[in-house]
Amino acid sequence: MRTFFKLGFVRGLLGQVLGTLFGMGLVTGTRAALGYDPLWAAEPAWVIGGLLGTLGFMIGVGALTDWAKWAIGVETPMHHGAPAGQPEWTRYFAVDLSHKVIGVQYTVWGIMVLLVGGFLATLFRVELLQPGMQYFTTDRYNTLISAHGIIMISAILLGVGGMINYLVPLMIGASDMAFPRLNAFGFWINVPASLLLITAMFVGGWDTGWTAYPPNSLRTALGGPLFFLGFYTIGISSIVGGLNLLVTVFTMRPPSMNLFRMPIFVWAAVGTSVLQLLATQLVGLAMLMLIVERSLHMGFFTPVLNEAAIALNSPPGDPVLFQHLFWFYSHPAVYVFVLPGLGIISELLPVFARKPLFGYKWIALSSIGIAFLGFLVWAHHMFTSGMSNYLRLPFMYATLIIAVPTGVKFFSWLGTLWGGKLTYPTPMLFVLGAISVFLLGGLTGPPAATITTDLYLHDSYWVVGHFHQTFFGGFMFPFFAAMYYWFPKVTGRKYNEALGKLHFWLMLPSFWVMSLGQIWAGLLGMRRRIADYDPALGVQNIQVWITIAAFVIALSILIGLYNFIVSARSAEVAESNPWRSRSPEWQIPSPIPEHSFAMPLAVVGEPYDYGLPGSVYVRMAPAGAGD
Amino acid sequence: MHGEYRVALRNNRLGLWLFFLSESFLFMGILVSRFYLWGNTRPELNQLNGLLVTTVLLLSSFTMNRAETALVQNDRKTFLNCLLLTVALGTLFLAGVVVFEWGGHIRPSDGAYGAVLFGMTGMHALHVVSGIVFILIVWNNGRRGLYSSEQHWGVEACAIWWHYVDLVWVFFYPALYLMGQAVH
Repeated sequence: MRTFFKLGFVRGLLGQVLGTLFGMGLVTGTRAALGYDPLWAAEPAWVIGGLLGTLGFMIGVGALTDWAKWAIGVETPMHHGAPAGQPEWTRYFAVDLSHKVIGVQYTVWGIMVLLVGGFLATLFRVELLQPGMQYFTTDRYNTLISAHGIIMISAILLGVGGMINYLVPLMIGASDMAFPRLNAFGFWINVPASLLLITAMFVGGWDTGWTAYPPNSLRTALGGPLFFLGFYTIGISSIVGGLNLLVTVFTMRPPSMNLFRMPIFVWAAVGTSVLQLLATQLVGLAMLMLIVERSLHMGFFTPVLNEAAIALNSPPGDPVLFQHLFWFYSHPAVYVFVLPGLGIISELLPVFARKPLFGYKWIALSSIGIAFLGFLVWAHHMFTSGMSNYLRLPFMYATLIIAVPTGVKFFSWLGTLWGGKLTYPTPMLFVLGAISVFLLGGLTGPPAATITTDLYLHDSYWVVGHFHQTFFGGFMFPFFAAMYYWFPKVTGRKYNEALGKLHFWLMLPSFWVMSLGQIWAGLLGMRRRIADYDPALGVQNIQVWITIAAFVIALSILIGLYNFIVSARSAEVAESNPWRSRSPEWQIPSPIPEHSFAMPLAVVGEPYDYGLPGSVYVRMAPAGAGD
Repeated sequence: MHGEYRVALRNNRLGLWLFFLSESFLFMGILVSRFYLWGNTRPELNQLNGLLVTTVLLLSSFTMNRAETALVQNDRKTFLNCLLLTVALGTLFLAGVVVFEWGGHIRPSDGAYGAVLFGMTGMHALHVVSGIVFILIVWNNGRRGLYSSEQHWGVEACAIWWHYVDLVWVFFYPALYLMGQAVH
């Protein structure tokens, strides 16, 4: 029991509750002091409460302790291992500075958030089985789809953070990330954020979808502002995580590892991090503007003027401005989600094809190219928004150009597979599945990017199908490939191959059915984010198929998680390099010791020269040897 | 310099400059909103007040620079005094914005003029407050002799953070006070 209350996680939760109550009291007290009536105003109380609750969590969990000590001039040495007198497992429930612990924390919390998001999807899929409303009110339905969107996005960001934090320092032979405390902060701030998003569903919900377009988002129920605040908080995590990763990659490589000898996943992580560092600020700003517009009536997005504003001759606000700010992040965000996954595909293919990676430099630069172009395409989400017409064509062309660096990746994957000695363990199956699914996403994208066709496809199920294909192909399938591939490294144990294959063979065909069903329903005129549909559309059969497929996907993921949990506890011990990989993390014992590399790493060859006799990538050099 | 400190210093510098880059996107977003909503117009503001607060803030960058230079030359007294002077100038700037600008005839709820005026000055003022807190922390630690003329990353970070916040105002001031037609 003592151990339980010493856990940072428990203290953080307590801090969040206290902080929320304190914030609510602060607002109510201020209103009392100013003589406002009534004393209780739900929205400011929840917004200030949510803000101070987040701060309370961070104080309670201990993520700010070291910085507070620095501010009063106290040195805090790096500590390794569990706190004195505590068992090893408590590290995972408290602020720990090791990137390996933080990587696991990100991944596990990400999977839990993923389960919540997936559960919401199964709920509203049941509602869509037949026309008319059966189980939910339309408001409840809208809350479910909105929460499904943002909760899945936070789950994907957590999964991306997990892969990057665990793998990148190991792949570049660094002892840890450049800023371990910032790293812990970046993980833990996600926990109060997730709780805010979940709370938002229970205090009235919100009906804007995850895109929060005004004017609807200015009028939606109380869940709205909590959702904006949660979104903003997740953004803080993205910014500090991206910053940390970039500094780590640029300064903590061994001198012998030049940029073009890094493992290819590191390039993808760099592309993702640039986007996280820069673009996230804009969506944070947009969310802040929504919050102050709701609580202080600052008319950024309202085209209606009050009398005082008319007396000033003030111009009105404009809801389209929100869409520009929002998509400036939220389109690049798609590349934040998929670049690491595409990096996993490029990383794993040569291992299972036993061939060099085809066109290493091209793949590396295509990640950077996608990240760069990602900044120039945001308004393709707005062809029907009423923005200036002259903006449409440049955004259409910029969008279509993205197919070039993505195509580079595709042909490089084909070139790597060509003539390889392929084997098909579970991670390889997930990689091949990812390629097939991402190809679907690539084919359904250009019609939505082309203005003439988009005018018909916009806001239809076609779009729903398209982005589920890109997220499953670019994140979910590669994420599970990575889970199976690095499972022996992280846990030191073997997973169950038969269950892994069952997971894959349930998930892939059912995903095809689900997303192609969505594409088809979209072509028949099914609109997205609608609780009900006209039976005359002829989409009910398709909806039944989509729902069945969604349940099979959910089942397959549960089988995968069962496999991970049972195997981590009791399966047989894995060898240190079962895949015969050349990457640095496989050259050290599993599970990886506290100080990952006993000796500094020296790069002596190309990273992906699989199948070339006598070639070596890295060598463990005694300190001071070589360069 | 100690090897470990040198590595940390290199990481810290790169990290802080990347954070500036990230913050620049925030402030660019705010500027874009200003030009998107106000276009080629601006509300009537107190020009004298704008000029005064801008002058005060630019002067504070000079005193901040004096503080850092004095520390490098081991002149502790000037170092601490210039830090306090910077805090005083920063507070004066805040007072000018909060009392005179926010107390003027425009309210936050007054259409795009009110929203953008209070949004821009508010977000910048928040950064000025963070800078003042940072300087006070550095002053307190400097008073206790925690910085040497060679090892003073805390002071360096604080100084460039303050300069950065000033630089943002250099873009905000013309966008608020000088560009476009004043509307009566």
